[in-house]
Amino acid sequence: MLKINQLHKSYKIGDSSLHVLKGIDLSVEEGEMVAIMGSSGSGKSTLLNIIGMLDVADSGEYILDGLPIDNLTEKKAAVYRNKFLGFIFQSFNLINYKNALENVALPLYYQGLKRKKRQELGMFHLDKVGLADWAHHLPKELSGGQKQRVAIARALAANPKLLLADEPTGALDTTTSYEIMEFIQQLNDEGKTILMVTHEEDIANMCKRIVRLRDGVIMEDKAITQVRASQYV
Amino acid sequence: MIKFLFDGDTWQELYDSIRKNKLRTLVTIFGVGFGIFLLIVLLGSARGMENSFNRLFGDFATNTVFVWGQRTAKPFKGFQEGRRVRLTLDDAYRVEDNIPGVEFVVPRNQRGSQVNRGFLSGTFQIAGDYPLLDKVEKKKLIHGRFINENDMKNKRKIAVISEDVYKQLFEKDEKAIGEYIEINGINFKVVGVFKVSNINMGPPINMHIPFTTFQQIFNQAGRIGWMVITAKPEFNIVQVEKDSKLLLKNTHKIHPDDRRAFGSANAGQQFAKVTGFLKGMQFLTWFVGIATLIAGVFAIGNILLITVKERTKEIGLRRAIGATPLEIKSQVILEAIVLCLIASIIGIIFGGITLMIINATAGQGPDATLVNPSVSIAVVLAALLILIILGVLIGLIPAFKATSVKPIEALREE
Repeated sequence: MLKINQLHKSYKIGDSSLHVLKGIDLSVEEGEMVAIMGSSGSGKSTLLNIIGMLDVADSGEYILDGLPIDNLTEKKAAVYRNKFLGFIFQSFNLINYKNALENVALPLYYQGLKRKKRQELGMFHLDKVGLADWAHHLPKELSGGQKQRVAIARALAANPKLLLADEPTGALDTTTSYEIMEFIQQLNDEGKTILMVTHEEDIANMCKRIVRLRDGVIMEDKAITQVRASQYV
Repeated sequence: MIKFLFDGDTWQELYDSIRKNKLRTLVTIFGVGFGIFLLIVLLGSARGMENSFNRLFGDFATNTVFVWGQRTAKPFKGFQEGRRVRLTLDDAYRVEDNIPGVEFVVPRNQRGSQVNRGFLSGTFQIAGDYPLLDKVEKKKLIHGRFINENDMKNKRKIAVISEDVYKQLFEKDEKAIGEYIEINGINFKVVGVFKVSNINMGPPINMHIPFTTFQQIFNQAGRIGWMVITAKPEFNIVQVEKDSKLLLKNTHKIHPDDRRAFGSANAGQQFAKVTGFLKGMQFLTWFVGIATLIAGVFAIGNILLITVKERTKEIGLRRAIGATPLEIKSQVILEAIVLCLIASIIGIIFGGITLMIINATAGQGPDATLVNPSVSIAVVLAALLILIILGVLIGLIPAFKATSVKPIEALREE
């Protein structure tokens, strides 16, 4: 599904350069649910950004579903992101002047789908996250948990191969966090491959595998017994 | 790209963006709208001014010069300086026959005289004229006719009087045509009444009588007061004036460099001054109008730049979920163009209404200062085209700004 070999990335800060990723090897199979953990500055977000094609590695190999990702132009990256990836952000990043349905349907717009088809698919995914009744509400009329569910529906709308979540519960209280995690686990049960960055142990334990980063290298990579979020809810 | 323009969602996006920023949209639209409004009103007024000048000069052959005799300033061929120069009918014929480019020469005589009608009387300027005068300065006849060849041949005692004379010698609403007035003790029949023109070259004339009749009753023989020389359209009136004067100096034995011997007034030069002034006005109008337009368009660019900055995160998100840079840029540029277009249409409508108001107030009546102030459709379309081009150009700046921030930076948590 996803294969990374000897990935390096450094940032220029003034005259010096900061080596953030120092040769990452990672491979993720279809249907996995991986938590990437590490303290701030460990390079976990950089890794997620490179996997999400929002950033480009200096060297190394990245193969997504058999497709080598290199020589990305902005346009190519945009098309790949749209086709292969679904993003979930800590701060939801919904467009505040569009209602829930329009937000969910936005990736489909960039796929060039007809309006009616978009509305249909958008509604389907909103229903899936249990917010069909809220389709015509603006983000400001929704609670934090609802907003994140709309964002998840949006990430799912284009039917991506890989879901990337950057601290998906970072802005939510514990109860809501578990609700969201329960939902993400359901998606994984249905076969979606999920990669998430988090620094919360309890959230990470709800995944099936934890990859720990420190100073740009993988310290630990182990499979765990998944803690079901449903037992807390 | 065509698909982009005809996609309802493109416009939905645009509408959302505009609706979200009502105030800034209004302010920018006001800026550009005011620019094009000014351009239209200024251009229309300049046109109106030109029209009114043309109407004033319209009755007047503009390639015309008046020449009359004065006193010599230099001794020549045994003559003392200060000798009086008198033009004659022969001079007029000579100029007409010998100077290239002369269309025709109209000799004129003029003097003040007492005119009576019954108990009413007044002193008026009377001119002895050829029928040809009508070609040089078109007489606006209210009643009757101007002098004709028959009057000339038979030295008929007829008069064409001005409205002022009519008012002084006739009762209100009294019929003037066919009535008699007494000039220099001789009865003249009134055959025409004319309206005094706004523009007059030469002395003001109150009534015209046939040249031949004038010769006879005032005992002028071959002498003429002055001559009006009209050049053919393709000839330069200044050159014709020079040539004619040189010829006249030759025949009257006047030093070729004598600048006082003949007086002249060149209507062409006066007219050229006015047209030059109008040209300057028009240039100024374009300059001011386009400068205002550019300022307005820059305001749109500026505001779009701010909006793009405000929406950095949104644009980052859109790119993360699959918007290509081209799609983002097109949207921003389209917004610039649409704002420019809406603004210019509003500006054009209000400009048109203002011109109509100007026309209804300052554009009516014979003494109107702005006659039919208007702007041609071509000019309006040109202005629109310029605006669209400027809109695209100015939209490019915020468009590139919008895609210059990497989505990862745009989405980074504060």
